[in-house]
Amino acid sequence: MLTLVLIFFPLLAALGTLILPRDNAKMYSFISSLIQLGLTAYAFTLFLTQGVDVLAANYEWVPGLGISLQVGLDGISILLVALTNILIPLIILSSFRNNYSNPSAFYGLILLMQFALIGVFSALDGFLFYVFWELALIPIWFICLMWGGEERIRITLKFFIYTLAGSLLMLLGLIFVYLQTPAPHSFSIEALYQASLTAEMQGYIFWCFFLAFAIKIPVFPFHTWQPDTYTDAPAQGSMLLSGIMLKMGIYGIIRWMLPILPLGIAEWGNCVMILCAISIVYASVIAIYQKDFKRLIAYSSIAHVGLITAGVFSLSIQGLQGSVVQMLAHGINVVGLFFIADIIQRRMKTRQMDSLGGLANNSPLFSILFIIVLLGSVALPLTNGFVGEFLLLLGVYSYNAWLAAICGLTVILGAVYMFRAYQKVMLGEVHERSVEFTGLAKSEKIVLIIIAALIIVCGVFPKPILSIAQPALEEIVLNLQGVN
Amino acid sequence: MHQFIWLIPILPLVGFILIGILNKRLPIQWSGGIASAAVFLSFLISLGVFKEVQMDNFVPERIVLFNWISAGNLTIDFAFLIDQLSAIMLLVVTGVGFLIHIYSIGYMHHETDHPRFFSYLNLFIFFMLLLVMGSNYIVMFAGWEGVGLCSYLLIGFWFKNTEYNNAAKKAFIMNRIGDLGFLLGVFLIFMTFGSVSFKEVFEGAKQFSSNDPTITAICILLFIGAIGKSAQLPLYTWLPDAMAGPTPVSALIHAATMVTAGIYMVVRSNVLFALSPYASEIIAIVGLATAFFAATIGLKQNDIKKVLAYSTVSQLGYMFVALGVGAYDTALFHVITHAFFKALLFLGAGSVIHAMSGEQDIRRMGALKGKLPITHLTFLIGTLAIAGIPPLAGFFSKDEILAVTHGYSLPMFALLSITSVLTAVYMFRLYWLVFYGNFRGTEHQKTHLHESPYSMTIPLMVLAVLSTIGGFIGMPEIFHAPHLLKEFLQPIIWKSIAHHPSHTFEYTMIAVSIVLLIIIIYATYHTYVKRGQLPEEDKDLPAGIPMLLTNKYYVDEIYNTLITRPLDYMSGFFSTYIEKGFIDKIVNGTGPALQGLSGVLRFAQTGNIGGYVFSMVVGIIAILLLTLIVY
Repeated sequence: MLTLVLIFFPLLAALGTLILPRDNAKMYSFISSLIQLGLTAYAFTLFLTQGVDVLAANYEWVPGLGISLQVGLDGISILLVALTNILIPLIILSSFRNNYSNPSAFYGLILLMQFALIGVFSALDGFLFYVFWELALIPIWFICLMWGGEERIRITLKFFIYTLAGSLLMLLGLIFVYLQTPAPHSFSIEALYQASLTAEMQGYIFWCFFLAFAIKIPVFPFHTWQPDTYTDAPAQGSMLLSGIMLKMGIYGIIRWMLPILPLGIAEWGNCVMILCAISIVYASVIAIYQKDFKRLIAYSSIAHVGLITAGVFSLSIQGLQGSVVQMLAHGINVVGLFFIADIIQRRMKTRQMDSLGGLANNSPLFSILFIIVLLGSVALPLTNGFVGEFLLLLGVYSYNAWLAAICGLTVILGAVYMFRAYQKVMLGEVHERSVEFTGLAKSEKIVLIIIAALIIVCGVFPKPILSIAQPALEEIVLNLQGVN
Repeated sequence: MHQFIWLIPILPLVGFILIGILNKRLPIQWSGGIASAAVFLSFLISLGVFKEVQMDNFVPERIVLFNWISAGNLTIDFAFLIDQLSAIMLLVVTGVGFLIHIYSIGYMHHETDHPRFFSYLNLFIFFMLLLVMGSNYIVMFAGWEGVGLCSYLLIGFWFKNTEYNNAAKKAFIMNRIGDLGFLLGVFLIFMTFGSVSFKEVFEGAKQFSSNDPTITAICILLFIGAIGKSAQLPLYTWLPDAMAGPTPVSALIHAATMVTAGIYMVVRSNVLFALSPYASEIIAIVGLATAFFAATIGLKQNDIKKVLAYSTVSQLGYMFVALGVGAYDTALFHVITHAFFKALLFLGAGSVIHAMSGEQDIRRMGALKGKLPITHLTFLIGTLAIAGIPPLAGFFSKDEILAVTHGYSLPMFALLSITSVLTAVYMFRLYWLVFYGNFRGTEHQKTHLHESPYSMTIPLMVLAVLSTIGGFIGMPEIFHAPHLLKEFLQPIIWKSIAHHPSHTFEYTMIAVSIVLLIIIIYATYHTYVKRGQLPEEDKDLPAGIPMLLTNKYYVDEIYNTLITRPLDYMSGFFSTYIEKGFIDKIVNGTGPALQGLSGVLRFAQTGNIGGYVFSMVVGIIAILLLTLIVY
C-alpha cells in the first residue's frame, strides 16, 4: 500500500501545483517533494525492519488481459526510489535562483516526472512498467520543449521520436513474451519470468528490449540524441534526464532482461560488452575536445553509463553491485555537475570554457565544492564514484581482463577531460569578466553542500547500500548461473 | 598504544577539516600551528608504536575500523596493519613531515593563503599515512590516489599561473596512467587469491612456484603503478614539472615521502616480487635506466630545484635497482636516508630561493656562503651525503645498493657506479655555483640577502644531523657493527634473493669511491670556482649533447607529438566526422527515408477504382503462380 502512496502522491502534488497560485509553485512543489522524501524514509525503515513483502501491493486492473496494478520494492528498486526522491527536492531547490516562465507548469511537470519514475522503478507488471516508461517521456519532453535553448524544437523532436521508437520495440517484445507465458496469459512479473522462450526467440527479443534500454541509457551508437538534448535542456531538465531517467534503462536491463532472457544474453552479451567499451573510450575522447561545459558533462555521462552497463552485462555479483552503487553515485554527481554548469552560466552568461577562467579566486567555497563533485566523478577513493567504478571494473575484469583494461581507460581519460575543464573554468588569471562571479546564494550552498556530503558519505560508508542490494542481485546471478 | 593507533592518520585529517572550516577566521599564524601540532601528535604516537614493534613478543597487528566494501565474496575492511615496515614508515612520514610543516611556517610567511596551504599539507599527511598503514591493497590505493590529489592541489597552489596549473594536471594524469596498472594488478590479485588483504594474499602466494606467469603478471601490473607514482621511465616527466609547487611541498611530497610510495609498495609485496625473478629483472633494468638517464639530465640543469628533481628521479631509480635485485631492505634503507638528505637539500634550496627573493637560476647566484651560513653548512652536509662520502647517511645506503648489484650483474654494477659519479658531479656543480664564486644576482637581490628565520633553519639543522648519522642503522659487515635495519625488517621480508659481497670487495669499493669523490670535488671546484666557468646562457648552447641534455632529451616534446596532439586530433575527428558526419547522418536519415517510403505508398493510394482492380487482379495471378511453383 505504501508503495502506491509513493507512486501517486507526486501525481496529486503535481495536480495541486497546477491548480494552486503560480507564484508559490516553487514552494509547493518543494514542500511536497520533502513530504515524499519523508514517506520514502518511512518506507525504508519498514523495508529494513519487515522485509520486502510489506511494500508489495497487487490490485486487478484489466483482468481479461492479465494486467494488474502490481507494485513492490526490493533491494534494487528501493535504492532507485530513494535516489529519485532525494534528487527531486535537490533539483527543485536548485531552480530557486532561476525564474522560469509559467512556474506552475514547470514544477508540476517535474512532479509528474517523479510520479512516472517511481512507477517505473516499482512496477512489477510488465504492462504497468511499459505505461510508466512511456509516461515518463511526456513531462520531460515538455520541459525540454518549453524551457530549453534556442534549438529546442528540432532537438526535442529527435529525442522524442528516437526514444519512442525504442519503446515501441520494447512493447513488441513484451507482448511476444506475454504470449509465451503459461495460460491464462499474464503480464505479472512472475508469469513473464516463467515464459517458455527458446534460445532463438530470446535472441530476437533481446534486441527489442535492448534497443529501448540502450537508447535511453544511451549506449554507443544509439547516443546521438543525448548530447544535444542534455546541452539544450534547461538545467533541471538535464538533471532529470541524466540523474534519474537514464537509470530507467539500466534498471530495465537488471529487472526485466536478465531474468527473462538469460539465453539471449548469453548469445549477445559479448556484443553489448564491446559496444559499452566503445562507448566509454569514444565518449571520453570526444569529451576532451568539447568547449561547452554542459556538452562535456553530457559526453562524460555517456562514458560513465557505458561502464555501468558493462558491469551489468558482466553478470557477476561485483559488476551488478557496482552498477547499483554507481547508478546512485552517477545520479548524485551528474546533478552536481549540471548544477555547477548552471551556477556558472547564470552568472557569466556563457558556458564556453575558453571564455571562462579565474573563477576560483572569487569563491573559495564554490571551488572546494566543485572539486569534491569532480573527484566523485573521476572516482577518487573515499568518494562515491570509486566504490562503483572499482566494483564495475572488477566485474568486467572477471568477464575479460583485456576488456577491463580498455574500459579502465576511463580512469585516465576521465581525469584528462575533467581536470582540463576545471582548470579552464576555475583556475588561471583573474580577468575583468571573472570579477563578476559572485559567491553562492543560500539555496545554491544548500544543494551543493548536500551533494558534496553525499559524495563523501557514500564513498566512506557504502556498506548499507551494498547490503540492501545484495540479496536481490544474488538471486539474479544465481538464476543466470542456473540457466547457463 | 594499541587503542591510539587509529589516531595517527585521523589527527592530520582533523587538522585538515578544522583549518579548512575555520579558514580565514583563524588568526594568521594559527593554521600553521594547528597543522604542525596535528602531525607532531601523530609522530609521538608513531614513536610509541615503534617502541612496541621492537619488543620481542611483538606480532603484527591488524586494526579494523569498519567494513568498507563488500560484494559477493569480496570483502574490504577499512583496516590498518602495524608491523615493522609500517612502523618505520610512520616515523619517516610523520617525522620528516613535521619538520617540513615547521619549515613551511617560515617559508610561507609572506603568503596570504595560509589556511589553504596548511590544510592541504595535513590532508597529504593523512593520505600518506593511509598508504603506509593500510592492511590491504584497497586502503593502500586510497592513500595512493589521495596523495596524488594533494600533490595536484599543492603543485597548483598558486592557481593563477597557467603553467603551474598545467604541471599540476600533468602530475595527476601521469599518476593515473600508473594507477590503472595498479588497479588491474589488484583485480588479478583478487581473481587469483580471492582476497585483497595482504595477509591472505601473501599466504596464498607462497604456494606458487617461482616465475609463475600469474604472479609475474601481477608484479608487472603493480610495478606500472609504481612507475607512475615514483617517477620512473617512461612516466617520470611529471616530477621535474612538479617543482612548480612551493618548495616545502617539493621536499615533502616530491622527494621524501610520496614518490617513495612505489618502493614501499614493492617492499610490502616482496613475497610476490621474490616469486618473479622475471618481473624483478624488469624492475632492475627500468630503475637502472632511469637512474642513469635522469643523472645525465641533472648535469645540465640550471634551475636549482630542477637539478634536485632530476636527482630525485635518479635516486628513486637506485632504489628500484635494489628492489629488482631482491634487496628489499636495502631499498628501504635508501628510502630512509634519501628522505633525510633530499628533504634537507630541498629545504636548503628553499632557504636559498627565499634569500634570493624568488630567484631559482644558479647562474644568477654565487657567493652565498657568507650570507647564509647555516643554510650553507647544512646544504654542504646534504651534498656530501648524497654524493656518498663516508660516514654520512647516503654513503652506507648507496654503497649497499652498489654491493648487491655487483652480485647480480657486472654491467649493471658498472653503469650504476658511473651514475653515482655523475651524481657527485651535478651536486658539486650545484654547490660551488650557489655558494662560491662571485655574486651574480641583481643589486636589489644583494641588498635583500638574509639568513632564513629559525623556523626554517632549525628543521635544516635537524635534518643535517639525521643525514649525518642516519646511515648507522645499516652498517656493512666489515665494520663489525650490527646492521640494525636489516635485523629489524627481518620478519617482513620473506626471501631476500640478493647476494652479499665479499669483504675484500667492500674495502676496495670504499677506497675507490673515496678517491673518486675527492677527484670530483676538486675537479668541479677547479672548473666552477677557480676558473669561474659558468653554465652557458640558453641561447649560447653548443649543439649536440649539451643541447640535448639541457632540453631533457626532448622527451616532453616527443610525448606531446606522439600522445597529446594525436589525442586532441582524434577527439576532433570523432566529434566532427564520426559523430556528426556518420552516426548522426544515419539517425537523421531515417526521417527522410521513411518520408520517401510513405511517398511510394501514397502513390499507390490513388483513389482510382480501376487502378485498385488492376492491382487486385495482378495480385491474384501472382498468388496463383506462386502456389503453382511451390507445390
